[in-house]
Amino acid sequence: MTSLPLARRRRGRQVLRNTAVGWSFLLPNFVGFAVLTLVPVGLLFYYAFTTWNVFGGAEWTGLANVRQMLHDASFRTALVNTLYYTVFHIPLTLVAALALALLLNRRLRGVAFFRTVAFFPYITSIVALAQVWNMLFSPGYGPINAFLRGVGVANPPGWTTSADWSMPAVIVVGTWREMGYYMLLFLAGLQTIPAQLYEAAKVDGANAWQRFRAVTLPGLRPTTFFVVVMLTIGSFRVFDLILVMTNGGPGQSTLVLSQYIYQKGFVENQFGYASAISIALFLICFVITIVQFVINRRGSDS
Amino acid sequence: MTLLEAPPLDSRVSLDPPRARRKSRYRFLGYAALIVAAAAILLPFYWMVMSSLKANNDVYTIPVQWLPDPVVWRNYLDIWQKSDLTTWLRNTLILSVAVTFLQVLTGSFAAYGFAKVRFPGRNVLFLAYIGTLAVPWQSYMIPQFILFSKLHLSDTLWSIIALQAFGAFGVFLMKQYYETIPDELLDAARIDGMSEYGIYRRIMLPLSVPALASLSLLTLVTTWNDYMGPLIYLRSRDLWTIQIGLKTFVNTYNAEYALIMTGSVLSVLPIAVIFLLGQRYFVEGIASTGLKG
Repeated sequence: MTSLPLARRRRGRQVLRNTAVGWSFLLPNFVGFAVLTLVPVGLLFYYAFTTWNVFGGAEWTGLANVRQMLHDASFRTALVNTLYYTVFHIPLTLVAALALALLLNRRLRGVAFFRTVAFFPYITSIVALAQVWNMLFSPGYGPINAFLRGVGVANPPGWTTSADWSMPAVIVVGTWREMGYYMLLFLAGLQTIPAQLYEAAKVDGANAWQRFRAVTLPGLRPTTFFVVVMLTIGSFRVFDLILVMTNGGPGQSTLVLSQYIYQKGFVENQFGYASAISIALFLICFVITIVQFVINRRGSDS
Repeated sequence: MTLLEAPPLDSRVSLDPPRARRKSRYRFLGYAALIVAAAAILLPFYWMVMSSLKANNDVYTIPVQWLPDPVVWRNYLDIWQKSDLTTWLRNTLILSVAVTFLQVLTGSFAAYGFAKVRFPGRNVLFLAYIGTLAVPWQSYMIPQFILFSKLHLSDTLWSIIALQAFGAFGVFLMKQYYETIPDELLDAARIDGMSEYGIYRRIMLPLSVPALASLSLLTLVTTWNDYMGPLIYLRSRDLWTIQIGLKTFVNTYNAEYALIMTGSVLSVLPIAVIFLLGQRYFVEGIASTGLKG
């Protein structure tokens, strides 16, 4: 009779000791993480409803920032530009990354070398890349327009100097830089598809396209989902590339949400209003991620 | 169609001539696609290196001059005089090493707690870690800046260390790896009387060298390339990192195209060397988490 409570007490002590040991492992990282990340995320939801006064303190102003946002033409421009970037960047990167991965998933010589090459832009600093691309895109003497003139385009676009073409230029660079990274994710996904499935499809007389549709795409489903989520969040937070390449210009033609937050916060010191825009960015990413999860769940159930 | 008459490359396949012929054509198309894609990806880097070796007037020419003539090595001497490259590189190196050291140390330590010690509330806590990976940094950079200013961290190198060193990414990557190490191994050590800290240091750390290498390299590269953190926090010139320095240099000498490219090459070079030496770890680190720091 006495052994039962004793065992329970001993187990209780064991749990207590494990908790202490576990927390002692977490603590060095957790203290930093909590103070430097969790606290700011929490504060964001307070600052968004305040206005910064001249003494550098926050004053509660309720929904004033939200009202200001609804009537802010620049905010709307930034939102539309962000959507513009997102709508083109996601499918372009997705297709390019998948195509590269399919190409590299075959037994060709030099595949390892190519994988290195494709991944390299992703680990190169944006500042250096933006300078090179700005020179390549140079309207008068840049090699890209020299090439376009060579193939018969009489008036090649002005790229980063033109309000209509600066966003496409940024999208090209964004896609070029990131496709190697998503290619790696697709390659890892392709390796999880069993070779027998391809053999079976071949025996059934499926051609390459049919095999791609019936075996590869369904097999890549979890990877594709993950890639789309990452690409979406990545596109909405696009920032340093644009800041360095076009600085939002010409005019406001490449102004995006992150940059607008930066401008309002760090250039104009409107921390309260900048926080409100931050929440908008946060909510957009959050809602889209949730929606994608729901769609994915529903798709895999059926 | 000369392509169709090309001899099959693989003798085993040649037993089946019709298929082999199609195969070799696919193979050829595959190589062609590989070469075109590699050229498109590498072209900007080629342009960067080549322009850095040109006289400034030769950078933009019609038609495009694909080889520097004459080769101007002077750019690589001049840039050190015209900019504070030494200071920038030193600051960046200090930051990269400090951040990497702290991230690997605290990240792997915390990951052990998450992966191998069972205690109530562990999973909820881990979810909080993972959750912040999906929150764009841009959306909380404002409150973070205000907080850092109140802690008197802004405009010191400490701000960047604090910003980068305690990310959730390191914990996530190391936890993924630790979970592949069987618990039986640890239980055996526990029965032998080894403490959890002993197990971490004597068993887990030696076994997780590949993951530690992945995390170190990814953190190093992320810190080296970071532009936004230094832009917001490092106002004093003597604290600038290579990215901020290079950007300012571009704004100051905006017509010195060759020198700008020289600076760009020098800022990318260390990363290129590290990447080529340790590319296996980059690939493994990303394939196992699907993320980059």
